[in-house]
Amino acid sequence: MNTHRPIELSKGCGSAPVLKERGQREVFCGLTGIIWLHRKMQDAFFLVVGSRTCAHLLQSAAGVMIFAEPRFGTAILEETDLAGMVDAHEELDREVARLLERRPDIRQLFLVGSCPSEVIKLDLGRAAERLTQVHAPRVRVLNYSGSGIETTFTQGEDACLASMVPVLPQTETEQLVLVGALPDVVEDQLVGLLKAMGIGPVKCLPARTVEDDLGIGPNTVFALTQPFLGDTAAALEGRGATRLSAPFPFGEQGTTDWLRAIADAHGVSAAKFDEVTEAPRARARKAIAAAKEVLDGKSVFFFPDSQLEVPLARFLVNECGMTAVEIGTPYLHKGLVGPDLAQIAEGPTISEGQDVDLQLDRCRAARPDLTVCGLGLANPLEAEGLSTKWAIELVFTPVHGYEQAGDLAGLFSRPLRRREALAL
Amino acid sequence: MKLTVWTYEGPPHVGAMRVATGMKDLHFVLHAPQGDTYADLLFTMIERRGHRPPVTYTTFQARDLGSDTADLFKATCQDAYDRFKPQALIVAASCTAELIQDDPGGLAQSMGLPVPVIPLELPSYQRKEAFGTSETFLQLVRHLAGPVERTPEVTCNILGPTGLGFRHRDDVAEIEKLLLGMGIGINVIGPMGSSPADIARLGAAHFNVMLYPESAEPACRHLERAFGQPYTKCVPLGVGATRDFIKEVAELADMSQPSLESPDLRLPWWSRSVDSTYLTGKRVFVFGDATHAMAAARVARDEMGFEVVGMGCYNREFARPMRALAKDYGLEALITDDYLEVERAIEALQPEMILGTQMERHIGKRLGIPCAVISAPVHVQDFPARYSPQMGWEGANVLFDTWIHPLVMGLEEHLLHMFREDFEFHDAAGPSHHGGHTPASEIKVDVPEMTVTEDGLSWAVDAEKELRKIPFFVRGKARRNTEKFASEKGLSTISIDTLYEAKAHYAR
Repeated sequence: MNTHRPIELSKGCGSAPVLKERGQREVFCGLTGIIWLHRKMQDAFFLVVGSRTCAHLLQSAAGVMIFAEPRFGTAILEETDLAGMVDAHEELDREVARLLERRPDIRQLFLVGSCPSEVIKLDLGRAAERLTQVHAPRVRVLNYSGSGIETTFTQGEDACLASMVPVLPQTETEQLVLVGALPDVVEDQLVGLLKAMGIGPVKCLPARTVEDDLGIGPNTVFALTQPFLGDTAAALEGRGATRLSAPFPFGEQGTTDWLRAIADAHGVSAAKFDEVTEAPRARARKAIAAAKEVLDGKSVFFFPDSQLEVPLARFLVNECGMTAVEIGTPYLHKGLVGPDLAQIAEGPTISEGQDVDLQLDRCRAARPDLTVCGLGLANPLEAEGLSTKWAIELVFTPVHGYEQAGDLAGLFSRPLRRREALAL
Repeated sequence: MKLTVWTYEGPPHVGAMRVATGMKDLHFVLHAPQGDTYADLLFTMIERRGHRPPVTYTTFQARDLGSDTADLFKATCQDAYDRFKPQALIVAASCTAELIQDDPGGLAQSMGLPVPVIPLELPSYQRKEAFGTSETFLQLVRHLAGPVERTPEVTCNILGPTGLGFRHRDDVAEIEKLLLGMGIGINVIGPMGSSPADIARLGAAHFNVMLYPESAEPACRHLERAFGQPYTKCVPLGVGATRDFIKEVAELADMSQPSLESPDLRLPWWSRSVDSTYLTGKRVFVFGDATHAMAAARVARDEMGFEVVGMGCYNREFARPMRALAKDYGLEALITDDYLEVERAIEALQPEMILGTQMERHIGKRLGIPCAVISAPVHVQDFPARYSPQMGWEGANVLFDTWIHPLVMGLEEHLLHMFREDFEFHDAAGPSHHGGHTPASEIKVDVPEMTVTEDGLSWAVDAEKELRKIPFFVRGKARRNTEKFASEKGLSTISIDTLYEAKAHYAR
């Protein structure tokens, strides 16, 4: 069972036609990623340079879920900044100085561009350089854009991580880097499995604090843990690192394929691989089986949201017995999700981009058993009698790896079980 | 430029959305980038609406800039009209679209759509959500309401409720009941619940009830000028204010001797009864929108027997009446939309209770001060399933219950003083009717060498550490399931593997 055959990328949905749509998109912008990134990087502060709308988005998207003192804020542009009555850069310097004075625990500051700052062409790269000089060595200032005219939802994390790559020190060490902001407990598990196979050193990007001595160089190989990190991957490759291509580590099979790609690159024997993964694989299969009882034979429809859609569809179809009607994704990066796509049998519509009203028409016509969609659509579809899984939970819940495979399946089975459970 | 952590108000186009979402047969076309569609979730998640807001966004992207965003806007308008067939259309630009200066109003009006097209000017870099709400309602009224004959019987309009309003649904029901009980008919309630056709016949009412000045004052002023309709100034929040409101309505309706009592009103006795003695002189800090904060100060002092030690509002538009009222209380009003400034004020005053918004609930949590919510902005839990008005007689009852709920109750307060060392009555325990915090036994983070259960099962140190990574609110269940699983398997020691084996075993 462990003979590893390279995945033929033209198989399955790998060469299926893609329905490309350019209408109204019902998606978050890249700023939203700040809500989980600021929790992951414990010494980082995210300062959005934008409008009241940006601030309101962050608190509304976060407010649904989080009650805590945030390590993010918005420098709200005002009429005087736009009219050139004040120097926006001087204003920014003043606000940053004030912020760093109030929060001495901050070691990394991200200036995050927004729609308005992009439109008025406020050069945050220049601001970050200037502020780094002012506040070094205590604080490192970086910048990236989370604007909705350029980024969709999880692309914000990609832009953030990509902005960190150029400032990472050069290293010649042979090492493995896991790329993507994972919950600590999941990161620990994956690193633990790899170490048990004798692979090391294993580092993570983003590191939990700026103190972690992560470097990059030609002897670095890396594996993405999230499918939306195309720019970060390109930046790492630009530093000479090598990417390992694999399905993403969701479910028992995805995690196994992902680990095996790494194990193969490190010359781990099949026996060792089996020894390390056997017990957690069995557990994952057992845990998925419980949810599969509910999901087996049911249909699923994905609205575009986080770019996790293709790997998750592979998981639901191949490991949970579901049928995919449509797999919508904001952006189809075949270079990254190709291995997952190739494992999904032909049949579902693969769509990229969105025209939300047309897509809602398709969804209503298909009447899927489960619709995976954003927060703006979930309750309206429920009110029409469709079961939904709101997609944002998938980026806020530990779902990667073996020990979370059952939780991941459970996220999808719960809405269906709930519908059964309620006598209303 | 101003650094903001939490904001009390959204941008003005969100105010326009609140008007549109409350209404029927109206559609809103918003020139905005894709990220602005987050605003839908305010209504579908926080307010739990089962319909999408009637808003179509152009969702322009960087590649559209400089080429055809104006065409995109017109195409979007046409599509939205064709699909939704509204009685009227409102159009506006969000903050980013304002910068690219496409003039949505002019574009939409040039299209010759067969329904009224109402352009909104919403200056995103100067104004905020409440302005958006009141301006949108004003423009709807200006464009749609025409001269109509007065109803033969005495009627009024109830003006101000919107989508995402704090208890608007129930306030409207309570005040409608109160007015009907006085023998006054209701012509139109709006914007929430009304259609453009309803707005057109506002002039038929004899007077207007201005339920929420924040959203309805400009419209009420316009209607007074245009159709000679007077409007109420008193907002019926609390017992005294409800009585004042009834007197004001009676005067406008030309009635004498209205009843100022109701068998449904319980606040006065609840407040006079001896159990409430402990409320006397409790120091409270009041903050919110000006209307709710000013009313809350009166209820707090005159109807609950609290001492108001600080008050203020975040909407600068109402700073003048807020300052005047604070002066009557011997205080200086705090007028700010900076949450950190409010936090500093509360920290300095050390009140025993906060009457505030969702933001003050954050502050209270941080400072360990109980907080009851009296005003927007609010969270999903402030949209209750039950009938829970703030206004009128039942509203007064609800205020009493809501405000005492976060407090430690009278006798319990004494016990806390008497038995400070008691393991259940220690400082960190909080009011005993509130659960949901880390069990006191687990607050200490040190993991013992090895825990042994009553049944002789032991937890390996690393397993116990792994267990601590699980959030506290499911940790108890995980511990119990793991121990049960281990016993059934005849294990004596629980390892990390056992923990995850048990997790897989109980997975659903």
